[in-house]
Parts: sequence; C-alpha cells; structure tokens
Amino acid sequence: MSAKRNMTDAKILQMAESVARQGLLGEDPLFHVPSRTLANVNFNVDKRIIEMGEGKTAREFFNLGQSKKFMQTMLVAEACKRLVAAGKTNSIRDLYYMTKHTIAGTRENTFDDQNESDPIIEDLEVTLDSLREELHLFASNKGAMVGEITLVDGGDTIDARRMGTGGWSVPSIVEPDVVQFLDCDAKFILLVEKDAMWRRLNEDKFWKLHHCILIHGGGQPPRGVRRLMHRMVNELKLPLYVFVDNDPWGYYIYSVVKQGSISLAYESRRMAIPSARFIGLSSADVEKYQIPDEVTIRLEDTDINRAKEIMAYPWFQSKPWQKEIQRMLSSKVKLELEALSAKGITYASDEFLPRKLKEKDFLD
Amino acid sequence: MANGAPDAASMAKKQQEISVADFFAKNRHMLGFDNARKALLTAVKEAVDNSLDACEEARILPDIRVEIRKVEGADDQYTLVVRDNGPGIVKAQIPRVFGKLLYGSKFHRLRMSRGQQGIGISAAGMYGQITTAKPVQITSRPHKSKPAHYYELRMDLKTNEPVILNEQEADWTSSVTGTQVAITMKATYFRGRQSVDEYLEQTAIANPHARFVFVAPDGVERVFPRAAQELPPEPLEIQPHPHGIELGIFTRLLQDSPYKSLGVFMTSAFSRVTSQIAAKVCKEAGLALSSIPAEVHPTEGEKLFQALQKAEIPPPRTDCLAPIGVEHLLKGMHKELGAEFYSATTRKPAIYRGNPFQIEVGIAYGGKLDSDGTARVIRFANRVPLQYQLSACASTKSVMDVGWKSYGLSQSRGSLPAGPLVIMVHMASVWVPFTNQAKEAIADYDEIRKEFKLAVQEAGRKLGTYLKKKQAAANQAKRRNVFNAYIEEVVRAYQAITTKDGQELREALLATSRKKTELAEKLEAMKHKAAPEEMEGTLIIGEDGNPIVPGAAAALEEEMSQSQVDAAEKMLEDSSTDSVNDDSEAEPVERADGGVTDGVLPGDAPIVLSAPKISWPSMTAGKKTDNATLSLFGEEDA
Repeated sequence: MSAKRNMTDAKILQMAESVARQGLLGEDPLFHVPSRTLANVNFNVDKRIIEMGEGKTAREFFNLGQSKKFMQTMLVAEACKRLVAAGKTNSIRDLYYMTKHTIAGTRENTFDDQNESDPIIEDLEVTLDSLREELHLFASNKGAMVGEITLVDGGDTIDARRMGTGGWSVPSIVEPDVVQFLDCDAKFILLVEKDAMWRRLNEDKFWKLHHCILIHGGGQPPRGVRRLMHRMVNELKLPLYVFVDNDPWGYYIYSVVKQGSISLAYESRRMAIPSARFIGLSSADVEKYQIPDEVTIRLEDTDINRAKEIMAYPWFQSKPWQKEIQRMLSSKVKLELEALSAKGITYASDEFLPRKLKEKDFLD
Repeated sequence: MANGAPDAASMAKKQQEISVADFFAKNRHMLGFDNARKALLTAVKEAVDNSLDACEEARILPDIRVEIRKVEGADDQYTLVVRDNGPGIVKAQIPRVFGKLLYGSKFHRLRMSRGQQGIGISAAGMYGQITTAKPVQITSRPHKSKPAHYYELRMDLKTNEPVILNEQEADWTSSVTGTQVAITMKATYFRGRQSVDEYLEQTAIANPHARFVFVAPDGVERVFPRAAQELPPEPLEIQPHPHGIELGIFTRLLQDSPYKSLGVFMTSAFSRVTSQIAAKVCKEAGLALSSIPAEVHPTEGEKLFQALQKAEIPPPRTDCLAPIGVEHLLKGMHKELGAEFYSATTRKPAIYRGNPFQIEVGIAYGGKLDSDGTARVIRFANRVPLQYQLSACASTKSVMDVGWKSYGLSQSRGSLPAGPLVIMVHMASVWVPFTNQAKEAIADYDEIRKEFKLAVQEAGRKLGTYLKKKQAAANQAKRRNVFNAYIEEVVRAYQAITTKDGQELREALLATSRKKTELAEKLEAMKHKAAPEEMEGTLIIGEDGNPIVPGAAAALEEEMSQSQVDAAEKMLEDSSTDSVNDDSEAEPVERADGGVTDGVLPGDAPIVLSAPKISWPSMTAGKKTDNATLSLFGEEDA
C-alpha cells in the first residue's frame, strides 16, 4: 500500500475510533465538518480565488436533523476504506450503489438517490482533508478536448490533434501520476460551455488554424476539466479564454473557472484559474456583431434574480463587469452560443472568435 | 247571481266552524306526520320529549324504554310503547292530556322545555286513530303506594274532546311512579338517517343524565347508558320581556289581565319593567298608571305597546337557561360516538328579539367516526334532536361560515368540512324560533347565527390545536425511532472499518438512545400539561379507549432538571441541516446529462432553518394543579 493510501486509511480509521470512543463514554458521537457554505468562504483579493474559511459545524448522531447524515457519512467512509484497501477506484455513482440499502427494520433507504450521496462525499473530503482521488473516487467523464498537444493518460500517449470528431474524453482524475503533458504547440486554451459549439469549432478545425486547445465541460465544467485546465495554464503557461452563453449561468461558469466555487472552496488552490478571461458572449456583442434580435431570448425572473446575485459577489465588482451585467438587465435579453449560427454556419469559427481574439475583446 | 250560482245565503249554509283537530287532521304534515316513515319518528319524539320534561320537572333521573312492535296481520301497522319513570299523571288529567290538541302546561309560560305547544303527543294519538282506528292506551301511576290507572282514549275530531272508551285499574310492574303510552299507527320502520335509532342516539348524547332502552321491531334491544348522575339544573320560569312580544299578544295580555292597574300589570306581567319604567311608559302613551288594564281601549293599548317598545329596558335575565354544559356535552358525546377527541363550548347567554338564548357546540373527531365525506352536523334545540331540514337551519349555515382549513381540516367553498367529524350544535332558549311547526330548523336571526359561529370557532380551535399536537407528536415519535435503526448502520460501518467487534458500542449507543427518548417523551408530556388552558373543555381518548388525563405527567416534573430539558430539546430540534451560520447560497446546477456536476452544490443543499425554539412557561407553573381533569365518567359505564 502506498504512503498516500496508508494515510487515507489511517484517517478513516481514526474517525471511526473517535466515534466509538464518544459512544462508549455515553456521549453524543459527533465529528466536525468544515462548512461548505457562502458564510464560510472568503474571497482572497490578492490571489483572486475563493478560499474556504475556518468554520466548522458539529455533525451529531443524536440530533434528529443530523442523525441520518451522520450515519450516511459513516457508510461512505466505510466504502472508501474498502476501495483504498483493495487499491481500486470507483465512480461516485458506484459508491452510491455500494452504500445504498434498506435500513433493517424500516422501509427507509440509506440513500434515495445520488444527489444525497454526492454531498456526503464532499463532506467526507473536507472532514478528512482528503481529496476525492485520495478516497479512490472519481466522477463519470464529462467534457472533451482536442488541440495542439500530446499527453499521456494512464500510460497511453494521446495526440489531441488526432481525436476525430468526439475528442479525448477528459477523465475525472488528471493528477500528474495519471496525466502527463508531452509536447504542446498551442498558444491558448478555449473553454466552450457546450458540446454543440465545441463540435462546430472542431469540425471547422478552429484549433488547427489558431493553434489552440479546444475543451468543453458540458455546462458547468466538472472537477477533472477544471483541474486539467489549471495544470495546463500553470505548467504550460497558456492563457485561458472562456466562451459561454450570454446569461447569468454563463457568467457563473466563468466565475467558477476563474475563482473557484463556494461548495468546493477547498479545491480552489488546485483548480481556480485567476488569469482566465471571458471572451463572450457579452451583452455588448448583440450590437457590436449585429446579431439579429430574433435570436435573443427574453430574461426570465430567475435570470434576473440570479444576475442581481452575481452582481453582488465580491469578485464581480470591477467596473466592466458591473456594466456587462447591468447591460444584460436593461436589455432584458439573453443569448445562446448557437445564436451565432444565425449569421452563417461557420460564423463563430470564421469571424466572431478571430475578431474577438484580434481585438483582444475580453473581460477580466 | 244568474244561472243558479250560489249566493251569499247559500254559501253561508256551507260555512261552519272548523275544529282544531279537523284542521290538523288535514294538515298533519305541519306537525311532522307527513308520511309513514316520519310519523313513527315524530310519535317517538313527542312521547320521549314529554317523558324527559316530566322527569326533569319532578327531579327524577329519566329511565325511558321505547318499544316498537309490529301489529300482527297488518303489514304497515306498528304499536309504539313508551314508558318512563316520571311522576305520572293524575287520573283526571289523562283524557285531556292525550285526547285533546293544544292542551298543556307549557305554552303559556316562558320556561326552557322540550315541548312548547302541547300539540305533540295528542297529535300522535290522533294520527294513530286516523290511520288505524285504534285507540290510544295510557297507563300511569302517580303514587308509589296506589295502583296505576289505565285508559283507552279516542279523540272526537269535531269537538277536539277526548272520548273515554275504557278505564280501569292496572298493574304497574316497577316500584316507582311512571307513565306508559301505547299508540298503534300506520308506519314504516327503518334504520339509518332520520330514524328512531338516530333520534335516540342523539337524544342520549344531549341528555347524558338519561338512560334509554330501545327495543326494535326485530326484537333487538339497544341500551343507551346513563353517563351523568346529575340532573340538569331546573330552568326558571320567566315573564316575557317587553321587547320580545308582539302587539296581538300584548293586547290579549292586557285584556285578560287580572291586575288592578296598568302599573302593576306592567311590572308583574313582564320581566325587567320597574315601576319607574312603567310610569315613564304610561306617561309617554298618555295613560294613567292607575287605569284598569282590561278597560284600556285597543287603540290606547297600541300606543302603550309602542311606548314600551321605545323605552329603555334592561335586557332579559338569562339565568332561566339551563345549558347542557361542557362537562355533560363531553360525556354525552363520548358515550355514544366513540371518537378519539372531543371539544365542547358553552357560550355566554345572548338575546334575540327579547328572548334569552345560549349556544353550545361540541365536536367529536377521529376514532370510529366515518372518515369519508363531510362532517355530520347534529342539531339540538333545548336538548331535542332536529333531524330534518339540515340545510335550512341557522346552525348549519354557521358551521359552513367557519373556515375549517385553519383548524387543519379540508373544506370546499361554502360547504361542511370533510373528515371523521361530528359537530354538535345546541340552542337553549325559553323560546326557540323554528322555521315551521314541526320544529325541524332554527330560524336565521343574526344574533343566533353569530353566536353559533363563535361557538363553532371556539370548539374548532381546540380541535385545531389537538390536530397540530397530534401531528407533531406523530412526527416526533416516528423520528425518534430512527436512532435505533441508524445505530445498527453506524455499528456495522464501525466494525467494517476497524475490524473490531461493535457489540459494546451498539449497547452503549442503544442505552444513550433510550435515555434520550425517555427525556423527549417526558418533555412532550410536560408540554401537554404546560398549556392546560388552551385544551380546556376537551377530552382525548387514548388508544386503550380510556381518556388521557391532562396533567398525568405531573409526577415527572421534579425529575427533570433544566439541563435534561435542554438536552431533550436539542435532540428534538428540527435542524434539518448541520450548517449553522449560513445564508443559504445554493449555486446553480446544470446537469443536463443527469451526470454529476462537480463544484456545484445540489439545489437543496444547506438551507438553514433557525431551529424552532419551543418556548414554554416556567417549569414550576405546572404546580397549580388546575387540572380541569373532569371526572368524566359516571359509575355505570366507566
């Protein structure tokens, strides 16, 4: 067993022993879970990333509101211990099935769906101060990549220039022991919000023409994509541009990539990319690129509320950003990436992005 | 007048006096004898009401036996026999009481009683006579030491006079006084709604001091036991209040007055009229106080009447009313309904049209009550069930006026609430305003409707409180069980992680759980006790069928220290999340592919409820043993 595995093993054991010690003394068993909430994150102005605070809450067994979560955390810890001992990794979906069963003498399940077990895993990560891969867990692959780079993935050499129409599927764990970079001719990385635009750009060989790496995360990028970009930005010294829908959710994807997220603030140091730039779509683009009114979508109430929330985040306080969001609110419309197709099939590859890059029309 | 058309003279030959009996024989529906079904019920009702009134007036706890027998050889004829342990009727009065319409002691006085007009029992006899040509048979024994007398009577429909067919001394099987009446009539017997069974059941509810035995035509005997040993207080007779009287009645009172002067007439014949008021009124009407009432001219009498109406007169006295009372309402419902919860309210007396009245409402919920459909409203006037014209009754309208949703029940707009619910409404008054002569629905006076509504709301609120508590207790009990189920899971995980034996840990955790649960239960019990005033006038039946006595947890009180209380409360706190200081910021989730979205909180992640703190009065407050713990059970059926 590697030292890393031994350490995770020991942490889980320690947690179980601590619960038993309290229980045997007739005390209320509890453990302290660092809070993954807005109140317990700070925006580090110097590093420009979101960091987790020191706040912790006690998770108590003999508390009706917390008892089930306590029990669930024990089950997840036990399953991870098994994985570590066996030297295997499993998806978090597998873990859900490993820990799901009907509680004896009741009709209640330990977990009803994966939405219940995923946050428990995150709680366990922060409680044990062990990252997900140290618990031998990964998420299902989400996101794809092509571009001017060659890398090694689990011992196999991957030439990202020869990945066909589907691209290289980005694994959930991309730490240096799994993924190594060989050679790179790319000048920048372009993160595209969605698969559809990514396919458009891949088919048009945009990455070849402009010497870049083209990656998407299927919406909000998973940890694997974020970590991979973080490594490429830092190890290969590449700039990163974020190309998302012009709506509050697009802004927030950019924000998570750049500063980190609230619930995974403890991962910011390995994932946040403060140098990331926002390439579009901007609320100014409708006018600047003369996108027809017909392809804009009216803002819903939820959009408006979310936009106002985002406007209040400390890391969106720069003048250009306040102007950007204000412009969206006053225009009352949003815009999807695919709307660019209204200007021509290859408009995004041939005109929109080249002009953006040339004019350095970015938001920071 | 040509063509042999009748003229006034020939018409006059046909004009003749119509006897009261003839009139009612033709208009029997006005008295509740519309059809064979209803006739039987009305007859039972009149007989039983008379028996109850007589027993109560003689301060005897009523013991009434009702028997319905099929007449052999006649398909549609039944004999109704009602026998009581009342004071009996003196021999000379029997023919007139049972063989003459509108003969009675109750019409001419203002006193709360069941019967009012004195039509009832003789009308039942008349109905029997018309439909079967059989006489009414009466046996009565007014003196314990003397034999009973027996009569067979017929009514002369023309003259409204009794005809005695047979009279003799008779045996009386019990050692007490009493009366038995037997009427043979055309009837249909059935069970269910608007039946004799229902009438007796409801009468038993409103009269827990009475015992009834009912023998149905199939021979099945049903006993309605006595649940209270105290008779209702004797209602006082009062004089009419001037504001509650109509001109015609006033004029007659004036003319029939035995009093020597208007002053004495007004102060004696009416309640609340003082000699000052009488003087003022006479002056207003331009009459001398000393005028002889019988000699006052009708036009002057009207002036006097108007002056009386305008005069400021104190409201009528209300001590003439004898409501059932909260305790008896609860007892009565409990012994007949088999519900799990009862609440009852007696309003303060109020006035309509110069008549004092008092409204009472009882609610029974759950238990054996039918949970399909809407609530059953059972209505009473002076303890008599009203079984017809439900929707025409002011009380029903009031029940519908109330917003039952706030008491935790469902209710469609403008209708009765739904659920296993019986709502009992009672109006006690010296004069209950009915919508018709058959006394089936209470007339809709604003004052009456308002009182009904307030009473229903009072009783309803208590039900609402109970339902809330019950729900909370059920939730808590359910959740308390989770500890034990989760302990097994935690111990198994512990064993797998440490590869140690978890038995010791299992036992320790189970012991802690037990301790915590006990604390929580004590806490619950104390809470129940901590607010006796809000549950006053209620009766809660436990699963064993016995009442749960509020304050039974009193003994536990000293055992629980403040720190224990805190611990138990903490456990019960419904902090559904373990985040304490969060302003609940859920990040947006995009999971178009159903996959996992890293770096994003699930939509339902930490929403922080500030734990609901239960505030409660100081722990020693419970000491004032104001246990309105009614001793709710009579000896007979405890």
